[in-house]
Amino acid sequence: MRHLIDIKDLSVDEIMDLIQTANDIIENPEKYQNACQYKQLATLFFEPSTRTRLSFESAMNSLGGKVLGFSEAASSSTAKGETVADTIQTVSSYVDIIVMRHPKEGAPLVASRVSEVPVINAGDGGHNHPTQTLTDLLTIYREKGGLDNLTIGLCGDLKFGRTVHSLITAMSRYSGIKFVLISPEELRIPQYIKSDVLEPRNIPYEEVASLEDSIPDLDILYMTRVQRERFFNEADYMRLKDTYILTPDKLKNAKDSLSVLHPLPRVNEISTEVDSTPYACYMRQVKNGKFIRMALILKLLGVTV
Amino acid sequence: MIIGQIRDGIVLDHITAGRGIEIYELLGLDKLECTVAMIKNAESEKMGKKDIIKVGQVIDLNFDILGYIDPGITVNIIRDGKLVKREHLSLPERIKNLIVCKNPRCITSSERSIQHEFVLVDPEKKLYRCLYCESEAPKNIG
Ligand SMILES: [Zn+2]
Repeated sequence: MRHLIDIKDLSVDEIMDLIQTANDIIENPEKYQNACQYKQLATLFFEPSTRTRLSFESAMNSLGGKVLGFSEAASSSTAKGETVADTIQTVSSYVDIIVMRHPKEGAPLVASRVSEVPVINAGDGGHNHPTQTLTDLLTIYREKGGLDNLTIGLCGDLKFGRTVHSLITAMSRYSGIKFVLISPEELRIPQYIKSDVLEPRNIPYEEVASLEDSIPDLDILYMTRVQRERFFNEADYMRLKDTYILTPDKLKNAKDSLSVLHPLPRVNEISTEVDSTPYACYMRQVKNGKFIRMALILKLLGVTV
Repeated sequence: MIIGQIRDGIVLDHITAGRGIEIYELLGLDKLECTVAMIKNAESEKMGKKDIIKVGQVIDLNFDILGYIDPGITVNIIRDGKLVKREHLSLPERIKNLIVCKNPRCITSSERSIQHEFVLVDPEKKLYRCLYCESEAPKNIG
């Protein structure tokens, strides 16, 4: 039985299979509409995340399956002090697959050890969120026609942003990848990402402070939020926040083929004026999130169409 | 200097000089009834100085603890005055319930029944990460 706890659980070949299945689902949705008939998926959200939960629920509905679950810990037995292991053992005796989000890092791994059915990690604190990474990979593949030979700019909070760390880890497995890491000094990528991921594979990267100056080189621009609470003082935040807001003006020297991605929800880091430019891919990215989750559910349930 | 020969027991040799006391305490040797000798700053050809611990009884040792703290240690097991086994330690692949994860966001911090477990990710740097949250192992045990 397979689980998805960390994006590294999947080989490059398996990721490509998921992308191919997702592409087929996008082209022939009716072929899949009864693929999971009589199957049940549980969404166990020990902390709320409406977007992720709806994406999974919509994915299972479009496969003809059924969904049950809870959307916050207060309404679950955890509020009465039940352990993750006990909750999972109970739920896994009812359903065929479990999707779980939890504020504590490592909780889905604990769940996978006791579960009788596959467990998908839908986010564990600031640690892993592998289906977001799969969504990003599918989006890059569909926008660029492949995952090789790309210059990828990552902008914003690179220190605490888990989606950025997983995306770097995942993209490092493809050839001809170059990273441009765009952030304020205070929010640079952690040292271990450089020493554990980038340097052993000799992947070229540069760390820069200016978003505007880096844009002309990029094939992909992955925007993330710069959160106020990450700064030591208000003055620094006020000084830096506009630097990392993407506007049509900053995009004037971009390649025609540049794709702008964002894991959403956004606050103000991409101005809404960018939405109507050909660079904006983040709304398609949301849709892709559903399709790659459908592909993942099929794979973990061992359903072939 | 020679400390009496052991008939049945264990000799921990090639302990990094100065760490003998720490290992003595971690293995709980103070609680044993049998003879225990701690030799500090013994001369060593390859190490210059080393510590040695001799235990006058064959006890169960946690090799993971030893390997983690001081992977250069040699463990000699002696029965009837003869060396029956010599083990060179190495860094253990996994360490269970020895190091405690200090990350307050880790699941092990809120659920006490989950055992702490660290995985060796980089033998050269002697780097371990928590199995659950991937935080680096604290440098001091406990
Ligand atoms: Zn931990």
